[in-house]
Amino acid sequence: MSSAAEPMHDRQATLRDVANAHRPVEWGRWLLWAFVLAVSANFAWIVAWNPNFGWPVVAQWFTAESILRGLYVTLGLTVVAMVIGVIIGLLLAIARLSDDRLFSGLAGLFIWFFRGTPLLVQLIFWYNLSTLFPEISISIPFGPTLVSWHTNDLITPMTAAIAGLSLNEAAYMAEIIRGGLLSVDKGQTEASDAFGMTRARALRRVIIPQAMRSIVPPTGNQLISMIKATSLVSVIAMADLLYSVQAVYNRTFEVVPMLMVAVIWYLIITTVLNIGQGFIERYYARGERGATERMPVIAEATP
Amino acid sequence: MSRIASEGAPLVSARNVHKSFGHNEVLKGIDLDVMPGEVVVVLGPSGSGKSTFLRCINHLEAIDRGSIMVAGEQIGYRLSGERLTKLSPRAIAAQRRQIGMVFQQFNLFPHMTALENIIEAPVGVHGHSRKDATDYAMELLARIGLTEKANAYPRQLSGGQQQRVAIARALAIRPKLMLFDEPTSALDPELVGEVLATMRDLAGQGLTMIVVTHEIGFAREAADRVVFMDGGLVVEQGRPEEVLANPSHPRTRLFLSRFIREAA
Repeated sequence: MSSAAEPMHDRQATLRDVANAHRPVEWGRWLLWAFVLAVSANFAWIVAWNPNFGWPVVAQWFTAESILRGLYVTLGLTVVAMVIGVIIGLLLAIARLSDDRLFSGLAGLFIWFFRGTPLLVQLIFWYNLSTLFPEISISIPFGPTLVSWHTNDLITPMTAAIAGLSLNEAAYMAEIIRGGLLSVDKGQTEASDAFGMTRARALRRVIIPQAMRSIVPPTGNQLISMIKATSLVSVIAMADLLYSVQAVYNRTFEVVPMLMVAVIWYLIITTVLNIGQGFIERYYARGERGATERMPVIAEATP
Repeated sequence: MSRIASEGAPLVSARNVHKSFGHNEVLKGIDLDVMPGEVVVVLGPSGSGKSTFLRCINHLEAIDRGSIMVAGEQIGYRLSGERLTKLSPRAIAAQRRQIGMVFQQFNLFPHMTALENIIEAPVGVHGHSRKDATDYAMELLARIGLTEKANAYPRQLSGGQQQRVAIARALAIRPKLMLFDEPTSALDPELVGEVLATMRDLAGQGLTMIVVTHEIGFAREAADRVVFMDGGLVVEQGRPEEVLANPSHPRTRLFLSRFIREAA
């Protein structure tokens, strides 16, 4: 009796083994895919054959020398402004978190001002600094002057753009970095203190590497905004990517094709940056759950 | 148990230590001496101020009144002539370099491997060469039986293993004094034994230790002296066999009876 029942039972167990399960056929999802693909293909077709986009003009100017020069200016300005912004932002964040009222107050004032006013206005102010302060000098307060410059010699479109973009960026980065530093467990600071690390060393070796996990994603965001924010410098006659395409369409009146040149370049840069961000995030995730670099050791609860 | 050097200068000497958090006075005048080589276990109910006192010894908390001396130096202050001045953060950091500390929550650096955790302070703070620090770290890892976990990140270790690495990390600076702040309280019960075994080894090697814990068994086996704290004061202290078997203070008796009932 039981010998006949057992194979039946085994057969049931095999059939019910989820390892052999099939995916249900999802007709709705297939239909949705087909619909979305059809609509996108159609839209791409319409855009590609629409003469108003002027694709031959786009192709002609895409790698033109003046456009590439503008592209280098945009990239260079982004990198320089971002690097200065991150460095000043880090110092501001540390000052903001310090127990010293003077430092945290000054940092707070800086952040309040540069986040509170439009970037465009800041750029115009930097560019026209000479109307406010015709001369810049280093002197003892209320005392003799040591060195002095004419503001117009110092402020070119380039320096105005770098000053405006990086100081504005510093204010935003300061808040991002401060948030990251605060996200690190307090026990880490205590352990660093207990080992007699100086504040600078604790920040560099223990706190900042852990804060990076929450600093990197919003910083990637900032970098992408920065690339586009550099287009504002065209108002102070800085020959960036947007200014370069404007210079062309002001002569040829091919506004849309020239803007498409700029749009495609901006999208290419952003795509490259997104990929880079992914690598950086993986690097700072080491030691986290699921990260298996160096040694795939799994915890075993030994007695 | 004759390790206690009854003569000579104490390594740690706390006098009339007061500490408040806001209006809450946590320490109400602690006096305590710890001799070199002595293992002192501090017992007491939660909120008795025992962890706070421990954290005052390496100035993780600043005290409001009284003084704490470690190895002849006043922690956090300097007396020049008649004038007592606060030390700079840099000078306080220097004072902490002779004191090892083990935390309840381990506080290992999660972005460094076990080995990197252990050599961080010797290389970065004490200026030892990477090779010497690594050699000594591997020796310590061997002593706690975790040689094969040298390259594992803290997340990949069990709680007990993490705490043993944290102990090795504290030992790596060759401290004059080791502070243990409830080292087994965050561990699963089955992992407590391995950490206590490591600590018992250290106690047997003549290291000066101050241990805040709830482990009465550890106090009985490894302590030279048991200090019982309650309400921000030391209410009773003495050899473990005396204090634990025959507590003279009613608060000690109450506290111990609770644990003995649990153990039974």
